[in-house]
Amino acid sequence: MDREQMLEQIQELCREVFEDDELEITESTTAADVENWDSLTHLSLIHEIETTFRVKFTMGEIQGVNDVGELVDVLAKRVNER
Amino acid sequence: MPLAQGILHFCMKCSNKEEQSVYSFMELKKAAKQQIEGKEVKAAVLGNCATQFFSMAICGFAKKKGLNLNLYDADYNQIEAQLINPASEVCEFGPEYVILWLATDKLYEEFLDLDAAQRSGFADLVMERLSHYWDLISANIGARILQPNFTEIDDKALGQYSCKVETSFIYQIRKLNYLLGEAMRTRREVYPVDLLSVQVQMGQNQFYDAALYYNAKMTVTLDALPFVAKAVVDVLLAMAGRIKKCVVLDLDNTLWGGVIGDDGMGGIEIGELGRGHAFSDFQRWLKQLKECGVILTVCSKNNEDTAKEPFLHHEEMILRLSDISVFVANWEDKATNIRRIQETLNIGMDSMVFLDDNPFERNLVRQMIPEIEVPELPEDPALYLGFLQQCNYFDTVSYVGESADRTRQYQAEFERKKLELTYESIDEYLKSLEMAGEAKPFEPVRYARIAQLTQRSNQFNLRTIRYTEDEIARIAEDEKYLTLYYTLRDKFGDHGLVAVVILEKLSEEELFVDTWLMSCRVLKRGMEEFIVNRMVETARKGGFTTLKAEYLPTPKNKMVQDIYKTMGFTETQENKYSLKVQDYVEKSVFIKEEG
Repeated sequence: MDREQMLEQIQELCREVFEDDELEITESTTAADVENWDSLTHLSLIHEIETTFRVKFTMGEIQGVNDVGELVDVLAKRVNER
Repeated sequence: MPLAQGILHFCMKCSNKEEQSVYSFMELKKAAKQQIEGKEVKAAVLGNCATQFFSMAICGFAKKKGLNLNLYDADYNQIEAQLINPASEVCEFGPEYVILWLATDKLYEEFLDLDAAQRSGFADLVMERLSHYWDLISANIGARILQPNFTEIDDKALGQYSCKVETSFIYQIRKLNYLLGEAMRTRREVYPVDLLSVQVQMGQNQFYDAALYYNAKMTVTLDALPFVAKAVVDVLLAMAGRIKKCVVLDLDNTLWGGVIGDDGMGGIEIGELGRGHAFSDFQRWLKQLKECGVILTVCSKNNEDTAKEPFLHHEEMILRLSDISVFVANWEDKATNIRRIQETLNIGMDSMVFLDDNPFERNLVRQMIPEIEVPELPEDPALYLGFLQQCNYFDTVSYVGESADRTRQYQAEFERKKLELTYESIDEYLKSLEMAGEAKPFEPVRYARIAQLTQRSNQFNLRTIRYTEDEIARIAEDEKYLTLYYTLRDKFGDHGLVAVVILEKLSEEELFVDTWLMSCRVLKRGMEEFIVNRMVETARKGGFTTLKAEYLPTPKNKMVQDIYKTMGFTETQENKYSLKVQDYVEKSVFIKEEG
């Protein structure tokens, strides 16, 4: 799976979690750009990504990502290790 | 950004079709925001850990089950502050229920912060604190308490040897669960939520996620939350009277292995050998349900004699004919037979569970009778027991020994029905029953049964107000109320406590019939008249001149919509009635007054 496909799937999950069917996500999107993206929904998104891609992030990864691009980075790393 | 908090206040259109017991967290989150019909139920969550997702899951699950829950989620770690101040947000919110969740993860940290010497007293310390919270809730809110028990953390400080060392955490947390059980026995207002059982069932690796705990102080994973929510909501539903009272059992390949009609007595599998063992254990569990007050019935496609033979003559059968309240075996379709069973028992279809190994029969019954619960039994009979236990159909909020006698009562009902046919007139029949009844103010030994009746009676129930045992106790001791419970027995047996009346004093002159309900087992024997006779007499003795009454219609209590008129009350407005005590003409009945 390449980055683009991952981003596409993350966008799907974001639409679900943040309850916005038209939400557009790019690698530079940050939590501040999305209305419902707070610390609580962030955990919900992480959970959805972990379940969908069958990966587990570390405590640092969950807290440390600054934008969607970085999220894709750690996801790609975890998927490769799988 | 701070974690979101506050009132989760929402509702949703309930769909009866969503009967699977487990939803994903996302589904529950969505459901929580929807609006549903129905009476609003207010609850507050207080915890020593982050409870937002916990509350969201509970709210969503409740709505999925058609319970219109309005949940207030208090700030994290504010238990004492919220409870001690009668003007706090939680107290002001005025919840009917408080869910008081002390997560073990936080307790464990407290435990380690104690001096080693104090650790052997940790369980007592926490139990004392919990009792103190309960007292505050009773004093400042008056809510009922849903009390999750304690999940386990085993830190293996001394390896497995910890189990016998008083100063170890595993020793203390197990002791705490024991102390909690003991303490709840004497607190009517406290209802257990078996969180530990969810942890055991799922396993710690599914139940807990360390990263989630350290990131967000959440002690339960998002995958486990729907199961936790189910545990909480099962209790709320039972309090709302949504209780399963009856199991309808198929026989071949459900209660025993094989087909009695083909394999015969020697061929069916039951007993300690091989597959039979699984069926024996299944029967043992069913027998225990019966002892807890659940009605067992049989619905089988068989010749009646053939179907009954194992119950009568097979040495290894656990269930006997005397355990079965209604036994139906014929070649008609099962939906028709189940309707027959339901009519005989006079209980709601939604309080019945149908167990059958055959997917065809299950689907047919599901289609013909949408209200009945039809679990999708696993293909392997070895798994029946574990599966049904996880479904947790039989949550209840009271327990009384009296229920155990029910099977005999239903069987006696058949004897009565047979006798009824031999008499020319109904009066002659009633006389022959040699009935005796009593009417007395509520007594402590009866509180549990009275509460149970208010929770379970749907049809002969004029206002369908549900009371818990602690509320019944309060009403019994409150000067504002006059109370009556009624018993009835006849020559075939004792019906026990069958009716309840609660009269509220509106003034020196007027009484209001807050509650009048009766078990449908004793319909049409003059018990209705006997009840009103004693009700009016109680009013007269207390110096009251008028009885006010009301009928609140529900989908189930149509049978009593005209009863006040029949009894001589005057309708003053729609469904509102009044009776002048002096105008009442005592009704004649064939029930002798006892006591």
